[in-house]
Amino acid sequence: MSNDSSQSPPDRRPLIAFAWLWVGAPLVYGLYELVQKATKLFTG
Amino acid sequence: MSPPVAPAGWSRWLVPPAALAVHLSIGQAYAWSVFKPPLESSLGLSGTESALPFQLAIVMLGLSAAFGGTLVERNGPRWAMTVSLVCFSSGFLISALGAATQQYWLIVLGYGFVGGIGLGIGYISPVSTLIKWFPDRPGMATGIAIMGFGGGALIASPWSTQMLASFGTDSSGIALAFLVHGLSYAVFMSLGVLLVRVPRGERPVEGAPSVLQGPQVSAGSAIRTPQFWLLWVVLCMNVTAGIGILEKAAPMIQDFFKDSSTPVSVSASAGFVALLSAANMAGRIGWSSTSDLIGRKNIYRVYLGTGAVMYALIALFGDSSKPLFVLCAMVILSFYGGGFATVPAYLKDLFGTYQVGAIHGRLLTAWSLAGVLGPLIVNWIADHQKNAGKSGSALYELSFIIMIGLLVVGFAANELIRPVDARHHIPTPKEETVDVERQQPESA
Repeated sequence: MSNDSSQSPPDRRPLIAFAWLWVGAPLVYGLYELVQKATKLFTG
Repeated sequence: MSPPVAPAGWSRWLVPPAALAVHLSIGQAYAWSVFKPPLESSLGLSGTESALPFQLAIVMLGLSAAFGGTLVERNGPRWAMTVSLVCFSSGFLISALGAATQQYWLIVLGYGFVGGIGLGIGYISPVSTLIKWFPDRPGMATGIAIMGFGGGALIASPWSTQMLASFGTDSSGIALAFLVHGLSYAVFMSLGVLLVRVPRGERPVEGAPSVLQGPQVSAGSAIRTPQFWLLWVVLCMNVTAGIGILEKAAPMIQDFFKDSSTPVSVSASAGFVALLSAANMAGRIGWSSTSDLIGRKNIYRVYLGTGAVMYALIALFGDSSKPLFVLCAMVILSFYGGGFATVPAYLKDLFGTYQVGAIHGRLLTAWSLAGVLGPLIVNWIADHQKNAGKSGSALYELSFIIMIGLLVVGFAANELIRPVDARHHIPTPKEETVDVERQQPESA
């Protein structure tokens, strides 16, 4: 059993967080710019 | 290059960001218009000439997706993402050389031809892999990736604009902007190349259905089935209807409310275009995920049937209510995006995961035709109506009636889709799994 636990796969959570941040950050920037433009429809 | 097999414990939630790294990059294609005015003024080009790189890129997208799909299936997603990265980035670098030396043909060759290959291979690169990792939610998985293609322009448009403002809009400024684009996208896309893995075996997650569940059909057999061509018609009609609005969104809303008490200004119409982009993106992830719950055939009934009703509402009452016009157009654009994002999962339902990426590539030729058909219908009719002395919403009424007709054709094609006949199924799909399992997993 102890042998099994020593071979447990590494924790992928930091890598998952980094990967989503990598693609999420520019997407948030794009969405922010989009909202700025879209509000012009209502403000003229 | 053999497909990179995931090591034990690899999370499937690392695959969507890998796909997004590629799709958010190649989605830049829809922001090409940012470069048009500076190119026209610095190189003395006409509007038609400055559109050439984009047009060639879209043609190459369709061709490389259609003819490169089998190679993508054979060599795996990492190979495909690498090809996409090299072509897309090289396209910008060649264009930078073209702008610096004022040789416009180099920009057409670089961005249009070389970069266009990167678009096509990149577009289909993660689809098959995502479906294999998420056999329980294929619509959501491909929706995330294909949403990225819509999102790419949202990022690139303001980014490129700011870059040109900093570097200048003369040929050396454009060259520097192309150079920075090429290098930045190479770095950004490399995350996808490094992260993407194909699952070990046929059941990537405990409790999820097997990726080999249901019929498995090769790409060669698929294009000989009526199901493929019916779905081709469905996609073509749905995309044509969406492009019909998208292509002329800004002048359309101004024409509709020209004689009202609250006419729409140029900057307000840009806001309308932005809202349509948001609806397009939201539809890709939202409707595609919904298809996992209600089924692919039902979601296309919604896209095509409700889409036709939305067009009818715009044609009948659109000029009397701005909120109604905006709402209906947003719904149509959400269906447009949803149609793109859901089609890989529909293909998986019909033909299995065996060569779904290659089949998807071939189906995208429907997009190429729709890309010509939609703008052609709306622009040609609007011009003719204008010459006949009409104005306002009357310029578009006939176009909308045609769009309703096209959506009805698509709806009927969807109704005719039945499961694929057993004679098209491949006899021993298990052999494919054995081959994949034999490969050594890569280290993380």
